[in-house]
Amino acid sequence: MNLRRTRQGTSDLAALDGKTFSLDKAMTLVSFVLLFVIVFIPIFMIVYNAFFYEGHLDIEMFKTVVFSQDNISAMTHTVIIGLSVTVVGTIIGLFYAWLLGRSDIPCKNLMRALFMIPYMFPPFFGAMAWDMLLSGRGGYVNTWLMNTFHLAAPPFNINSLGGIIFVEVSYYFPFVFMQVVSALERMDPTLEESARIAGASQGTVIRKITIPLVTPAISAGALLILISSLAHFGVPAILGFSKQIYTLPTVIYAYIDRAGGSFEGIRQGAALSILLVFVVTMALILQKVVLSSGSYDIIKGKSMRPTLIKLRGAKYPLLLLAVLTLVLIVLVPLIMIFLEGLVKAYGLPLIPANFTLDNFHNIITSKQTMDAIQNSLFLSISAGVLCMFLGVMIAYVVIKIKPKGKEILEMLSVLPYSIPGTVLAIGVILSWSGQLGISLYNTIWIILVAYMARYLSFSMKSASASLQQVHPSLEEAARACGASHTESLKDITLPLIRPAMVAGFFLIFLPSMRELTTSILLYGPYTRTLGVQIFALRDSGQIPQASALAAVAICIIIICNFIVTQITKDKKGV
Amino acid sequence: MTDQIVLRHVTKRFTTKKLGTITAVNDFNLTVREGECFSFLGPSGCGKSTTLRMIAGFEDLSEGEIELCGRPVSVKEKNIYVPPEERGLGMVFQAFAVWPHMNIFENVAFPLQIRKLPKAEIVQRVKEALHHTSLDGMEEVYPSDLSGGQQQRIALARAIVTNPKVMLLDEPLSNLDPKLRESMRFEIKSLQQKFGFTIIFVTHDQSEAMAISDRMMVCDMGNIVQIDTPENLYNRPCNRFVHSFLGQSTFLHVYLKDNRVYVRGDSEQTLDLPIPENVDREMVIATRPNEIDLNRTKGFKGKIESRIFLTDSTQYLVRMGDQLLKVQTPHRITFAEGEECRVNLVKVMWYPEEDPGKEEERARRQLV
Repeated sequence: MNLRRTRQGTSDLAALDGKTFSLDKAMTLVSFVLLFVIVFIPIFMIVYNAFFYEGHLDIEMFKTVVFSQDNISAMTHTVIIGLSVTVVGTIIGLFYAWLLGRSDIPCKNLMRALFMIPYMFPPFFGAMAWDMLLSGRGGYVNTWLMNTFHLAAPPFNINSLGGIIFVEVSYYFPFVFMQVVSALERMDPTLEESARIAGASQGTVIRKITIPLVTPAISAGALLILISSLAHFGVPAILGFSKQIYTLPTVIYAYIDRAGGSFEGIRQGAALSILLVFVVTMALILQKVVLSSGSYDIIKGKSMRPTLIKLRGAKYPLLLLAVLTLVLIVLVPLIMIFLEGLVKAYGLPLIPANFTLDNFHNIITSKQTMDAIQNSLFLSISAGVLCMFLGVMIAYVVIKIKPKGKEILEMLSVLPYSIPGTVLAIGVILSWSGQLGISLYNTIWIILVAYMARYLSFSMKSASASLQQVHPSLEEAARACGASHTESLKDITLPLIRPAMVAGFFLIFLPSMRELTTSILLYGPYTRTLGVQIFALRDSGQIPQASALAAVAICIIIICNFIVTQITKDKKGV
Repeated sequence: MTDQIVLRHVTKRFTTKKLGTITAVNDFNLTVREGECFSFLGPSGCGKSTTLRMIAGFEDLSEGEIELCGRPVSVKEKNIYVPPEERGLGMVFQAFAVWPHMNIFENVAFPLQIRKLPKAEIVQRVKEALHHTSLDGMEEVYPSDLSGGQQQRIALARAIVTNPKVMLLDEPLSNLDPKLRESMRFEIKSLQQKFGFTIIFVTHDQSEAMAISDRMMVCDMGNIVQIDTPENLYNRPCNRFVHSFLGQSTFLHVYLKDNRVYVRGDSEQTLDLPIPENVDREMVIATRPNEIDLNRTKGFKGKIESRIFLTDSTQYLVRMGDQLLKVQTPHRITFAEGEECRVNLVKVMWYPEEDPGKEEERARRQLV
C-alpha cells in the first residue's frame, strides 16, 4: 500500500511541477544511457566477437580455442583452485567467525580488525612475498632449510597448485569471516538460548541451530570467494607462470600479451572469456540452488548480549592458534615485502649489511614508476568521484523514481560485480578500440571506463542501502515547507546519505589503487598503473625494486584506510 | 505446597566501560511455591530479566544461590553451576525464538529428540502439545508463514512438550497486539491448570501481571521493593513507586501544622484526614483518581482547571494549592472548566517526600 503510494507520489509530483523535462526524467535518462554505454556494450561486444567474424557467424574459432588441450587444462586448474580455495577459506572463515563471535576469547576487537587486514591488500603482494620465501628455486626459507638440514631438494614449493591455493585462501577467507561475524552479531541470541532450555548441549546448539541459521551468510561469503578466486589473475600469474601452471585469467592474459594487440589475439581472448563467464555463471547457479531453502529473518528481539561460550582450558591454545594464523597470513608477507625492498639484490641474505635505500630512491627517480603512481592516483580518484555520483544517481532513480525498466537498471549496474575483471577488460578493449568508431586504446581513459564499469556497483549498493532508509516523508516534509523537488533533494536527501557517499568513494578508491587484473590488459606505454608497474618490475627480474614499490603501495593503502576510519567514525547518518 | 524456586542473597553486578560497575540485581531473596504463578514486575533496567536469566542459567551470579525443586543449581560460594539444558525448565521468550529453519513439528519435537525419545512417542507428544496450543494439524508449516500469535503458540508448545515443572516466561506477550495479549493470557493460565507447572512471568505491564499472578514482586533499580498478592500490592503499596506503577495514581504534597493537614500552596484550608503515626512535617499523600469524591457541597475547595472526556469516565484536573489533582468521575457528575468544586479524599496512603536524585539514577540505569 505504502509502496504504491510512494511510487505514484514522486512521479505525480514531478508531473504536477508542470515541467516537460523534469530533473527526475533527466536522471532516469542519463542512468539508462550511462549503463548502456559502460556496461552493456562491452558485454555485448564480447559475445558478438566470440561468435561472429566480420558479420558472419563463426563458431570454428570458438571451438578451436575452447577445446584446445592447453585451455582445457587451464580450465581444470581454475576450477580446482576455485573450489579448494572456497572450501578451505570457508572453513577457516567460519571457525574464526565463531571464535570471535561466540566464545570468550580475549582481545576480540583487536583480532577482528587484524583479520580484516588481508582484505585490504591485493593478493598478488602476498604471492610475491611467499614466492620469495618458499619458491622451489632459492626461496629464503627453502634455502635455509636445505642448508640447515642438508636436504637434497627444497621441502616446499609455492609454485604449485597447492601454493596458489594457500596464498588465495589467506586473502579470501575474510569474505566468509566478515559475513558470518556480522550474521552472528545480528542473530537473536534467544534462538540459541531456547535450544539450551530445550535440553541441547552447547555442541548440539552450534550444530542444529547456529550453523543452519548462518547458512545464508556462509554461502554468500563462500560464493564471493569462489567468484573472486575463479576470476583471479595476480596469484596464479606470479606463482604459476614459471612452472607453466595456467588458469583461465592468466591464459587470457597470455593470449592478449602474445598477440601484442592484434585483433585475432583479442578475439581468442574473448572466446576464452565466454568460458570463464560460463564457469562463474555455474557458480552463481550453484548458490541459487544451495540457497533455495530461503533466507531467514534472524534479526529481531531485544538485544541481549549473547551468552559467550567458555573455552576454559582451550582458551589460550586457541588464542595462540589465532595469533599464529595472523602472523602467517598478515605479518610474514608484509615484513617480507618491506625487507626485500631494502635488499641490494634478490637472493642476498636478509641481513643489515645487505640493506640499502636505493630501491626506494629509484622509485622517486624513475619516471616510469612515478608516472605509474600518478596514473593510479588519477584513476582511483576519478573513478571514485565519478562512481560516487553516478552510483547515487542510479540508486536514486531505482529506489525513489522507480521508472519503467528499473529492474534492467538494477541488473545492469550490479552485473559487472559477477563478471571477472579479465573479461570486462576484453569487453572494454573490443568496444573502445575503434570497432565502434571511438578509439581509446592505449590511453588512460580506457582504463577509467573499465574501472567505472567494474566498481560502479560498489557505490550503487552503498548508496541504495542508505537511500532505502530515507523515508519518503522526509522529502515530502521538505516539499510541504516550500522547497522545490530539486531543493529537497539537495538539502534533505543528499546530506542524509553523505556518509554512504564517502564510504562509496573509498570502496572504489582503495581497490582501484591496487588494481591489477583489468589494468594489466589495458595499459599502454604511458599508462602503467601502480599494480602493473609492480607486476612488470617483478616480471623483468627486478624483484627488490618491485618489493620497494609494493611497500610504498602498502603504506599508501594503510594511510588511506586510516583516513577512511577517521572520516566514517562518529558520522551521523542513516 | 512446597517451595520450588528459592533465591538467597542473589546479586548480579555488571561492569561496563561507560558506566562503571552497576548492581543490576541487589541481594534478591524470594521463594516461589509449587504451582504458583509468580510475576516479576518493574520498569526496564530494574533487574527482572537478569534475575530470570540467572534462574535459567544464562547468567552467572555475582553472589548468592539459587535452588530449583530442592536442588541447588547456582551457588556462587561452592562454585556450583548447572547449565541451562540440565535445569529441566520450559521457557518462552519475548521474540518467540522459534527456529526459522525448522517447521512446527521439528520445532516442538526438538526437546524430545534431544532427550532421545522413541519416534512414536515424539509424534504422539508433539501432537498433544500442538492440540493444547490450538495448532492442530500444522506440523508441516514453517514459522515464517505464521502470525506473531501463532509463533508464540509454537514457543509455548515447545516449552510444554517436555512437561517441565517450572515455566519461565520472559515478556512473552509484549510483541503481540493488545487483543491477542488478553486471550493468550487466558491460554497460559489454562495450560498451567492442566499441567500444574509453576510460572515465573516477567513483564513491565502492570495490568498483565495483576491479571495473571498469584503473587508478584515489584522491583526497581535492582532492588526488590515489595512482594505480595496483586490485591495487597494495589491496596497497600509500600511506597510511591509501587503506588504509581500499579494502576492510576495522583499525588498531593502536604504539610502538617498543629495536627492539621494543609495542602502545599494553600495555608487557609485543611484536609479532613486522620493523621497516621510516624509522619514527617512534609509528606506526600497518594490516592487513585477514581476513588476521589468530587461534589459541590462539602470538602476541600478547589477549581476545575481542565476536563477531558474519556471513554468510561470524565477526567478533571483540579487546582488545589499549588498543585493539580487528577480526578476521574462517572460521566453523570459534570463540572465546567473554571468552576469551583469540593474534593473529598476517600482512601489515601501516606509517603515521605522522595529524594530527587532517585529519578536521575533511574534514567542512568536505563542506559545500560
